[in-house]
Amino acid sequence: MTALTELGLAEARDGLLAKKFSARELAEAHVKAVEAARPLNAYLVETPEKARTMAAASDERIARGEARALEGLPLAIKDLFCTEDVQTTAGSKILKGFKPPYESTVTANLWRDGAVMLGKVNMDEFAMGSSNATCAHGHVENPWRRRGDNRPLVPGGSSGGSAAAVAARAALAATGTDTGGSIRQPASFCGIVGLKPTYGRCSRWGIVAFASSLDQAGPMTRSVKDAALMLQSMAGHDPKDSTSANVPVPDFAQALTGDIRGMKIGIPREYRLEGMPAEIEALWQRGIDWIKAAGASPVEVSLKLTKYALPVYYIIAPAEASSNLARYDGVRFGMRVNGETLDDMYEATRAEGFGPEVRRRILIGTYVLSAGYYDAYYLKAQKVRALIAKDFDDAFQHCDALLTPTAPSAAFAIGDKADDPIAMYLNDVFTVTVNLAGLPGLSVPAGLSSDGLPLGLQVIGRAFDEETVLRVGGVIEQAAQFTAKPEFIAGVAR
Amino acid sequence: MALDKATVARIAALARIRVTEEEQTRLAGELSQILTWIEQLGEVDTSGIEPMASVTHLKLPMRDDKVTDGGIRDKLLANMPSDNAAAKARGFFAVPKVVE
Repeated sequence: MTALTELGLAEARDGLLAKKFSARELAEAHVKAVEAARPLNAYLVETPEKARTMAAASDERIARGEARALEGLPLAIKDLFCTEDVQTTAGSKILKGFKPPYESTVTANLWRDGAVMLGKVNMDEFAMGSSNATCAHGHVENPWRRRGDNRPLVPGGSSGGSAAAVAARAALAATGTDTGGSIRQPASFCGIVGLKPTYGRCSRWGIVAFASSLDQAGPMTRSVKDAALMLQSMAGHDPKDSTSANVPVPDFAQALTGDIRGMKIGIPREYRLEGMPAEIEALWQRGIDWIKAAGASPVEVSLKLTKYALPVYYIIAPAEASSNLARYDGVRFGMRVNGETLDDMYEATRAEGFGPEVRRRILIGTYVLSAGYYDAYYLKAQKVRALIAKDFDDAFQHCDALLTPTAPSAAFAIGDKADDPIAMYLNDVFTVTVNLAGLPGLSVPAGLSSDGLPLGLQVIGRAFDEETVLRVGGVIEQAAQFTAKPEFIAGVAR
Repeated sequence: MALDKATVARIAALARIRVTEEEQTRLAGELSQILTWIEQLGEVDTSGIEPMASVTHLKLPMRDDKVTDGGIRDKLLANMPSDNAAAKARGFFAVPKVVE
């Protein structure tokens, strides 16, 4: 029998329902895997007792014939989601020891459907980063290694702990969040599937806010089908988030028909970056050939403002963050550094509690919102954002979905790009446009680089059309037959 | 645009983050580099374009002006920084004196 930690969500659910193994056995196998995965530093908090209790309840439900959609399936939760009575730090020192007195809507939805919690996973501080280099709790290691090179690699970010845990078989799946690429880029770097849904598809309530007009939660899984299953539980209208969309949630798994005959798939011309590695170009071309072979036709489209998306993002996201992070003041929760006056206390707490990248972004955000600069930076960025969204509207006049690479490179070594913030920001060049326009985007592992690292392809769809995104992603997955596994599998030395 | 140390000090004060002299110099360099890169947006013609604050085209929902939550004082106080045990016991948050 396949090791329980190797199963997909769907297979594990089938196995539980067929009573091939119990939820307790499945949980126990994962608790061991979580322990074995400690060298990766993916988990910040392990919740084995919670996992056992939840699994025991699942076994009772299954015995009564009352299994729910995710009954007994062990998941890792990104540390950005508030989990009742379980420490939630958003990867920051400033929230050390914070135990939320409430549960985020998305995680509550997962538990409502029977999922089992393994623990909280590491991330870039306040989700600001593309390599997990900005975690206050130490960096996460990618379970993959380059062929013939033992240097540890970054898992991508900000959902790097989620991606590393799922790739290393230390969770069947994980939650992630994506503000500029934070689900899709780490999914690509770790060889797993990551789906950023349409803005508004999943409630943001109880997720520590970074940039409220861009943040969106989504599933990180080992197959497209699993992403569909998990999104089904995560999605839905929530009156507690005023931007949560009150639209019907379709049956996402039903969308995986494998049939894309007659579809038009847009290939954005401006994504052919100067200096892009040849193997990324080649992978993209293979993707185009696969969708052609499946009966769809590629059409060239133009997203002419692509090169301006990152500068727009680095105004809007820090501006929103500078406002959202104003709440960390040492008064009501989290860390406090005492001072003579109230302002002393605020300033000392925030200097000590926030890491360098978070401080940098708060300062940029404060600057672009400050008197005299608001129009030149913030308003200008909002106008270019409108044009970027229009670029996508225009492109979707000619196609049903877009196909692009997920990231401009494979995973890099820990420490690389650390001195140059802009080089780090460029990791998100293919993903950030999707957040600015509020669209769904899916990264599917599609091949290996010449030195043996996973590379992802991204499918982008119209707003609230995750079904097409999943359908096209399913075809890519089928064609790619990505079966490579990372060097490090929790508990098993290969 | 190049930011000088004085501007860094001013925005750090606005953001309530203490920044040492030494950090001001480093940050002035880093932030200038980022702002210069951002300023390529000047190349884009945005005349007549409405700024986009949100991708949600839906009208924000209204609800009745009624209390829907509350009565959770202990939960709210539960995460107060630990040196505030006395205030916590008496049911409020404590901060350094703000009124002379």
